[in-house]
Amino acid sequence: MTATRVPRRDHAVATRRSSFSAGDRVFRAVSVTAATVVLVAMAAIAVFLVIRSVPAIRQDTTNFLTTRAWLPEEARPIFGIAALLFHTVVTSALAMIIAVPVAVGVALFTTFYAPRRLSAGLGYLVDLLAAVPSVIYGLWGFFFLAPNITGLTLWLSRWLGWTGIVHYRLNNTPNNLSDLTAGVVLAIMILPIVSSITREVFRQVPRDQVEAALAIGATRWEMIRTAVLPFGRSGVVSAAILGLGRALGETLAVAIILAPAYTISVHLTEGGGITFASNIALKYSEASELGIGALLGSGLCLFAITLGVNFGAQLLIRRRKEA
Amino acid sequence: MSALPPIPAHPVTPAQPGLALPAALTGRRLPSWAPPAVTAGAVAVAGLLFAATPLQGRAGFVVVTALLSVGSQTALSFAVEGRRRAVDRMFSAFVYASFAVAAVPLVLILWYTVLRGIGAINLRFLTVSMFRVNPDNPGGGIYHAIVGTLEQAALATLMAAPIGVLAAVYLVEYGRRQPFARAVSFFVDVMTGVPSIVAGLFIYALWILTLGFQKSGFAGSLALFILMLPVVIRATEEMLKLVPAELREAAYALGVPKWRTILRVVLPTALAGIVTGITLGVARIMGETAPLLLLVGTNSRIETNPFASTDAQRLQEALPTFIYEQFRDAVGNPDTPAAQRAWGAALTLIALIMLLTGLARLIARLARVRG
Repeated sequence: MTATRVPRRDHAVATRRSSFSAGDRVFRAVSVTAATVVLVAMAAIAVFLVIRSVPAIRQDTTNFLTTRAWLPEEARPIFGIAALLFHTVVTSALAMIIAVPVAVGVALFTTFYAPRRLSAGLGYLVDLLAAVPSVIYGLWGFFFLAPNITGLTLWLSRWLGWTGIVHYRLNNTPNNLSDLTAGVVLAIMILPIVSSITREVFRQVPRDQVEAALAIGATRWEMIRTAVLPFGRSGVVSAAILGLGRALGETLAVAIILAPAYTISVHLTEGGGITFASNIALKYSEASELGIGALLGSGLCLFAITLGVNFGAQLLIRRRKEA
Repeated sequence: MSALPPIPAHPVTPAQPGLALPAALTGRRLPSWAPPAVTAGAVAVAGLLFAATPLQGRAGFVVVTALLSVGSQTALSFAVEGRRRAVDRMFSAFVYASFAVAAVPLVLILWYTVLRGIGAINLRFLTVSMFRVNPDNPGGGIYHAIVGTLEQAALATLMAAPIGVLAAVYLVEYGRRQPFARAVSFFVDVMTGVPSIVAGLFIYALWILTLGFQKSGFAGSLALFILMLPVVIRATEEMLKLVPAELREAAYALGVPKWRTILRVVLPTALAGIVTGITLGVARIMGETAPLLLLVGTNSRIETNPFASTDAQRLQEALPTFIYEQFRDAVGNPDTPAAQRAWGAALTLIALIMLLTGLARLIARLARVRG
């Protein structure tokens, strides 16, 4: 009944309003303008990064995509993003591998395991991690985490060294200013966003399906496997992708922890590496005009990557909402 | 989903161990004292292992104990209760463990920041600047950085709050189901994921390279505005959606034009929620370091004018960049005065942000009680 009445009433209001509402037209125009700012800003980011970086990339004497060096100040400027891309992907992937299972566990804990009265407070506790600024994660990772995980990395090198990726080569003292430490800190940083989105998804699991599963005698794990996870899978995936977007662009924490090195090596526990964002933070102050242009070019690559990642996540979320 | 039968009036809960049902119906269960007993056993065995073998370290002890405890409990459960209960117990252990794993870094970071920072903070530290203080010497303070952070955040808020609220008004009140509104809404979410350093580079390319301005506190505010805008829009949108349609319809029925309805009925109703969203947005941008590093620079003196940019002596410092600068002066040594100042400033910054977050939660709670 209401479904037929509401549009009619709206229509009546709309026709009457249109006769005497200059104020309405102005207010509407102002709010449309404000909304347009978002689109303009996104377009402007792309446009200005392109205009200001393309001339610099033209002066690059090597391949911008495959070179592992950043020397735009030389007489023959040499710079490329290969090492930046490698370490950005490796640290972010490590962060995902560590953070996503833990975040799903935390979300399950706050929605299905914790006592109802505590669950909001405990969720808030994890969200507090999001309130800690990036630079402080960096300080903590540098002064506390790196010295304190030497035991773990030496153990890994001894027992899992055969895999190659956690092996210390001779003459490499473990200072842990490495991809692994950066990845762990990034994992801590993206944990709150992944777990809070996952939590929201799990909260929307239809109550009757949960109770139906329990009613036919499912254990709690069987209920989660049959009712919660199938419903929440795409939500968890998009939460993970959003977390990935954050990890890819994290600047100061990585810039502080990762000892700068423009090499590509699979030894994750050995010090040294550079990401898009940390390279910008470390190089901007001494950069010439060409150097700034080169940094803008690497920023453009980072923007394109995070844009792609976030685009994917949002499409996934939207498709899920409509389904 | 709609094909499912209606929910029973009494929600069905899983059979509890204490429930007096015939044994044949419930199957054999582990007694309630079994899990703690197994854990105690695991602690004892781990203790023996660490005493007798070369294993060592507190973290290792915790991990070994946890693995022993979960492993033996699962095995015991498998023998007594069968496979399904055993898997359930193992998974429960994973869920509890993941919460513990998430809580550990939070506690460690807060504990370490307080431990290192509390010694540096005193009235003098909060009320003087670093002017004429040698970075290698103790002394000096963060007043200039606090001023800068507060002013830059305030400027960003002055820009992001009105534009964000108006954009959300368009999305909820005018643009329902229009393609343009869907595009804006989509890009608001994408914009949330723009890395802060990219926002900084963008303002650098636009404000400094193209328009020819100098570094200044305001340039930093512009980047913070880019980062804050989507947060404000999303929060306001959620709040406006919660305003009951009856309120709007009642106003229309009285002949109030739509724009006055929005200004006098819808926005006041959602005000507390909007303020909460804005405050959370401020808390998010206050800790941003990367864009300020590019756009604001550093300075040891107090500069209250965020637009000042004539020379390097008149730039505006901010807390995050101050922390980073002191970290670089400390050259990896945690016991230098510079490192101590960095931790003092870090503790101050965390306190500021948590204060804002707490304030936002308080406003939200007060509003909920009244509404």
